[in-house]
Amino acid sequence: MMGRQTIVSAVTRVEAGLRQVAPEPPEAMPMHVLRIQPSRGWVSLRLGELWHYRELLYFLIWRDVKVRYKQTALGAAWAIIQPFFTMVVFSLFFGRLAKVPSDGIPYPIFSFAALVPWTFFADGLSQSSNSLVGSANLIKKVYFPRLAIPIATVLSGVVDFALSFSVLLLMMFYYGIVPTLNIVWLPFFMLLALVTALGVGFWLSAFNVEYRDVRYVIPFIIQIWLFSTPVAYPSTLLSQPWRTLYGLNPMVGVVEGFRWSLLGNAAAPGLIIIVSSVVAAALLVGGAYYFRRMEKYFADVV
Amino acid sequence: MSDVAIRVEGLSKQYRIGARPARYKMLRDTLAGMIATPVRALRSGAAFRGRNGRDPKDGDQKFWALKDLSFEVRRGEVVGIIGRNGAGKSTLLKILSRITEPTTGYADVYGRIGSLLEVGTGFHPELTGRENVYLNGAILGMRRAEIDRKFDEIVTFSEVETFIDTPVKHYSSGMYLRLAFAVAAYLDPEILIVDEVLAVGDREFQKKCLGKIDDVSGQGRTVLFVSHNMSVVKSLCRRSVLLEQGQIACDGETSQVIGHYLSDAITASRVSLEDWGDRVTSGEGRLKEFEIFDGTGSPTNRVSIGDAVGFAIHAELFRPFFDPCFALIIHNSLGEPILNLRSLHDGLRFGMVQGRVSVRVWVKSIGLYPGRYFLSPCVMDRREKDIDFTKLCCILEIDPAPGPHGDLQLDPAWGKYWVPAVWCQSLSDSG
Repeated sequence: MMGRQTIVSAVTRVEAGLRQVAPEPPEAMPMHVLRIQPSRGWVSLRLGELWHYRELLYFLIWRDVKVRYKQTALGAAWAIIQPFFTMVVFSLFFGRLAKVPSDGIPYPIFSFAALVPWTFFADGLSQSSNSLVGSANLIKKVYFPRLAIPIATVLSGVVDFALSFSVLLLMMFYYGIVPTLNIVWLPFFMLLALVTALGVGFWLSAFNVEYRDVRYVIPFIIQIWLFSTPVAYPSTLLSQPWRTLYGLNPMVGVVEGFRWSLLGNAAAPGLIIIVSSVVAAALLVGGAYYFRRMEKYFADVV
Repeated sequence: MSDVAIRVEGLSKQYRIGARPARYKMLRDTLAGMIATPVRALRSGAAFRGRNGRDPKDGDQKFWALKDLSFEVRRGEVVGIIGRNGAGKSTLLKILSRITEPTTGYADVYGRIGSLLEVGTGFHPELTGRENVYLNGAILGMRRAEIDRKFDEIVTFSEVETFIDTPVKHYSSGMYLRLAFAVAAYLDPEILIVDEVLAVGDREFQKKCLGKIDDVSGQGRTVLFVSHNMSVVKSLCRRSVLLEQGQIACDGETSQVIGHYLSDAITASRVSLEDWGDRVTSGEGRLKEFEIFDGTGSPTNRVSIGDAVGFAIHAELFRPFFDPCFALIIHNSLGEPILNLRSLHDGLRFGMVQGRVSVRVWVKSIGLYPGRYFLSPCVMDRREKDIDFTKLCCILEIDPAPGPHGDLQLDPAWGKYWVPAVWCQSLSDSG
């Protein structure tokens, strides 16, 4: 008896609720017509639609950040511990023992200035690559632009980046390094790191849906990529024209750019940065198109 | 302005399926599989990209989940989509919800479409109820301002006000479902697509869900509703579409369409189950054959109410099982289970068995009211997990009959089952 009353009252409440938020009469609204049909070949990126779903993007980022800090005992501290201890290890082995040159800058800050963007990139890469498979439940049940998933994953890393970046500023203060005017370029290098992470993330996440082996290859890719990026050593070890060609690895541009704009060592790595930017942009655009092309299979395969 | 809400034209969807899993798994096979896997991955990868993927050797088969579907739904119509498992109902919903693309054909949708294939999609256990309402709302396509506006009502409807700032991992499953459904209930699209997975949870919750769907349709919205539960479809939908093997078998008034549901079940006293499509199987065994007998042991599929009836189930178990359980479910014409006979419950023990296993079961006096019934034989393991379950595959007709003490011509509107009872006149003390 009680049960029935609850239902009745609940249903009445729904009715009341719907009356309050009832949509405007249909005449007033433009008729929204959607054609659902097979897509062929290279499809449009539908960036407008992605913009339309920006609030979802915001909530996905917010969820990732919140969950990451809620689930771990040390929470936000991890964002600092990881690059910081890598810096300590690098300073001991590469700086002290191997006497790797550091362009006349104290080795700890030399490597940390590179580790901050590198960690952002590496985390973004590994997490976005697994993001589609990890969101299989969403992909199979709701429609929204799938690009939002890897984008949200990479962007949620910005919070970690901000934390480790503040440690970098503290270290600069400790070493008495005053940034030059070059620092106005820093947002550009941050953007370059973001574009690179997104570009690679698009390729790998779409690839991972099809070939689950990708998951096992990622730690390997990151390791190789770390050693082929001048994080622990300066790119000045290479002579021209090899040094410019080195910029084909877009993370070279990011790392050298961070050092140049923050620590102001040596001349501007202009050519490297141009090469890196072109490669990063190509990765991003190519990755986005590849992703969109593969998108129609996601729900069937994931 | 046209009054069409959804127009589907020649819609088809093709899926690729791999070969059936091997019956006996041996280390040799596993090793061979390990070597073959990368090769197969490359091949299927080629198929995946739409190149020449036809290679009969790796068993890459194609099948049409939907084949050339065309129909129209008018504005404000509530249409039930019914059919057996694998008939293409879910595929149709997924295409209309834009989760997957059709292979050919198209569907035009006039108006804002909202789909509920599941409640609580994207709920995260670590987040609080409040946080999940926002996240889930955004995933379902609500604007933040819209959620802000409806938030209080959503929480009131869900009846979890006190725990709204507690992580949902501490919620009981009932609370979780109520909150999840509350968010969905406040999504107000012009066209609503609902899957029967909504009918989970306790009875009260189910009623709430169905009441809500009824509500939505009452406001002149268009609803597409998928269900296995014919009585619910009957009460909600004036019109229904019956899908069979990816095609429309029947489209029209619900009560008529329901009559065709299950009409592909086999009418015979001896039925081969080997190739029956609507089944749940673990791959560890297979039902082979099913037989029906009357009280004298002669094959038939027609018995009279009150008579004895016997059934035989023949199965093959591909690995040893300790005390497997055979079962037979008898459904009424709406597909609702009426009787469930289980060998384990009636005390049949096999010990360890493998290979061909056959059982017979007798019901001394079948009390089902006259009419048409559907049978689902099943073999399960000791914990009653399905090994192979062939659903609604054959028909048992129950005829009216004169009972031992009078006529047993019973109207299904009076009841569902007859049992012999002992009556006597007692002395009245009120006189």
